[in-house]
Amino acid sequence: MRLSLGQREALWAYVFLAIPLAFFLYFRIFPTFQALGLSLYEWHADPGARKFVGLEHYERLLEDPLFRRALTNTFLYTLLGVPSQLFLGLAIALLLQRVKVARDFFRAVYFAPYVTPAVAVAWVWSWMLSPHFGLVNEILTLVGLPPQPFLQSPTQALPTVTWVVVWQNLGFQVVLFLAGLESIPRQYYEAARIDGGEGWRLFRHITWPLLNPVLVFSVVIATIGYLQLFTQVVNLNFTDQGGPLNSTLTLALYIYQLAFLRFQLGYAAAVTVVLFALIFLITLVQLRVFTRKVEL
Amino acid sequence: MLQKRFLLVLSSLLGLSFAQTVTITYWQYEFKSKVEAVDELIRRFEAQNPGIRVVQQTFPYDAYQQKVAAAIPAGQGPDVVNLYYGWAPTWVKAGYLVPLPEEWSARVDREFVSMVQAVKIGEKVYGVPTAVRSLALFYNKDLFRQAGLSGPPRSWDEFLAAAKKLTVKQGGRFTQIGYGIAPDGQDHHLVREILVRQFGGRPYSEDGRKVLYLSEPGLKAFTFYTDWVRKHEIGVPNFFPGNNGYRDGFMAGRIGMIIDGSFAIGTIQQGARFSWGVAELPVERAGGRKANFGSFWMHGLTPLATGPKREAALKFLAFLTSEETQRYWLEKVGELPASKALIRDPKLSLDPIYGPFILSLGYAKATPFVDETAQRKVMVDAINRVILQGMDPAQSLRMAAEEEQKILDRFWR
Repeated sequence: MRLSLGQREALWAYVFLAIPLAFFLYFRIFPTFQALGLSLYEWHADPGARKFVGLEHYERLLEDPLFRRALTNTFLYTLLGVPSQLFLGLAIALLLQRVKVARDFFRAVYFAPYVTPAVAVAWVWSWMLSPHFGLVNEILTLVGLPPQPFLQSPTQALPTVTWVVVWQNLGFQVVLFLAGLESIPRQYYEAARIDGGEGWRLFRHITWPLLNPVLVFSVVIATIGYLQLFTQVVNLNFTDQGGPLNSTLTLALYIYQLAFLRFQLGYAAAVTVVLFALIFLITLVQLRVFTRKVEL
Repeated sequence: MLQKRFLLVLSSLLGLSFAQTVTITYWQYEFKSKVEAVDELIRRFEAQNPGIRVVQQTFPYDAYQQKVAAAIPAGQGPDVVNLYYGWAPTWVKAGYLVPLPEEWSARVDREFVSMVQAVKIGEKVYGVPTAVRSLALFYNKDLFRQAGLSGPPRSWDEFLAAAKKLTVKQGGRFTQIGYGIAPDGQDHHLVREILVRQFGGRPYSEDGRKVLYLSEPGLKAFTFYTDWVRKHEIGVPNFFPGNNGYRDGFMAGRIGMIIDGSFAIGTIQQGARFSWGVAELPVERAGGRKANFGSFWMHGLTPLATGPKREAALKFLAFLTSEETQRYWLEKVGELPASKALIRDPKLSLDPIYGPFILSLGYAKATPFVDETAQRKVMVDAINRVILQGMDPAQSLRMAAEEEQKILDRFWR
């Protein structure tokens, strides 16, 4: 059989695509199912000695206060973090779009935190937020407010960690929105202005709907990011990770502790399966709910 | 895959050419002086044992357990592995350590300080240490002099009085504290293993399976400690943020006293720019009971050490824990020897820095952890509930005892 040029090109495309696909299947999808299998066994270094325990780990999840706490915290991080990140990101992007002088400088400033290693960010913030030496409390005291414990308070720690993560992700978010804003054709605004549209109405009827693809992408990616929160949590309270009093514990951190500090890899796999299912479901729902067809 | 096959071919070729050589792998976490010391020890060992080759592999501390967890099931890990003694029960249960031959049990009884008994889990010995550690009081002599204090406190009353003099508060914020409160540093050991015993209680039953600190002396000890923050205000946790902030704060000259391990000596020697001293831990009252928390890193045997590798690994283990190695280790790494005979050396016990640690090795006890991460958290949280949330100490300690008993029961069931 002779293949046409187009067919041959397509064939080559598939060959090249197959390599990353195989990689993806072997290193991403296969371990996911492996984790599912693992969660049904009591972990042992010798694969032959792993005892089948069925759904025991999932039953244990139901009455594990630490799991419940980690789950609640993870949702709180997501509910606080995603809207804040999107709102601030959009606000800053809209402002930056209007900046005409030193445009690149401002963009670089907002992007800088994103390219700073998360560990370094966490350590600098833990000093800035220190109740006794921190800059933030210095400022609070100057304006006559009482110093706050921030990371050391079981009630303030989670919002504080969220803030640090939002601050760090903001740069990326701003760049996404800026790109989205730039891609909206000028003519739409010009036409609307001729028809008497202004300010808020332009935003409401042109900017917002046309930003939808960027918005959906941002919501989904940011949500996954917050659901998997780990590095900042670990480093903001390094000697009592997830503390104080489990107030900052996340599912990802709990999985890490169970698996690699307590060698309960079977149970950790069960938590992983739950986290995977959560991310999967939430992402599906978000794609359904937020994706809109735009007609102008 | 390809790489693995290549390595297989390569190793079988090497195997052919050195048919009599057994290669074993030793793992420890990265710590410069320890890595260098082991390199040198391997050179000496290989010279004495021509048929054995030892390969040392190291990993950053934070990734260490993770590497072990993944490597051993994959059959790629160490034959001899270095681990914190508190991890051993968890590792044993998950099949990462195999027991040493029976004669090692008698050796542990005969040669090592008493805390090393913690290597026995259910009658079997799972490893031995080269060096051990204990706790002592580090104090800033310059700050003591400025506050008109003559020497280190001997009782907790003197300790409190000194700490109060050393604490400086401006507005709502401390600029200097008397004691470096660190529930998640060494203080959870201080409460569990030292104060409870000094006040006349016992933290656990003899077999380590029952929590006993929920008792009158236990509650007294726990309340006494939490009062340092709540009532006496001689310090706050995380005064300096970060890993080992209490030690950083001490080295910065902002903390008058800290309780820290002998493992901190090197860091403090390099970091502190003032005159400082070490003293044995204070006691409840003059002549009162002494107590200390002892701990160590041990060398264990993994299930990967089979056949001729097992023989070689056991030889290396014996070499690593010999008195000669312990002497070298003290010199090179600065860690205290684990041998009963060596710590009797008066040169050591009279040393102004090492002395207080050496003296407490005789009575130091190693907590019989079964799940160190979880148990540590129980005590840290118990303290934090009182000092951060104002919970009644009795209630908090009761919650801790219940939680910890559950952890013990789960392990021993």
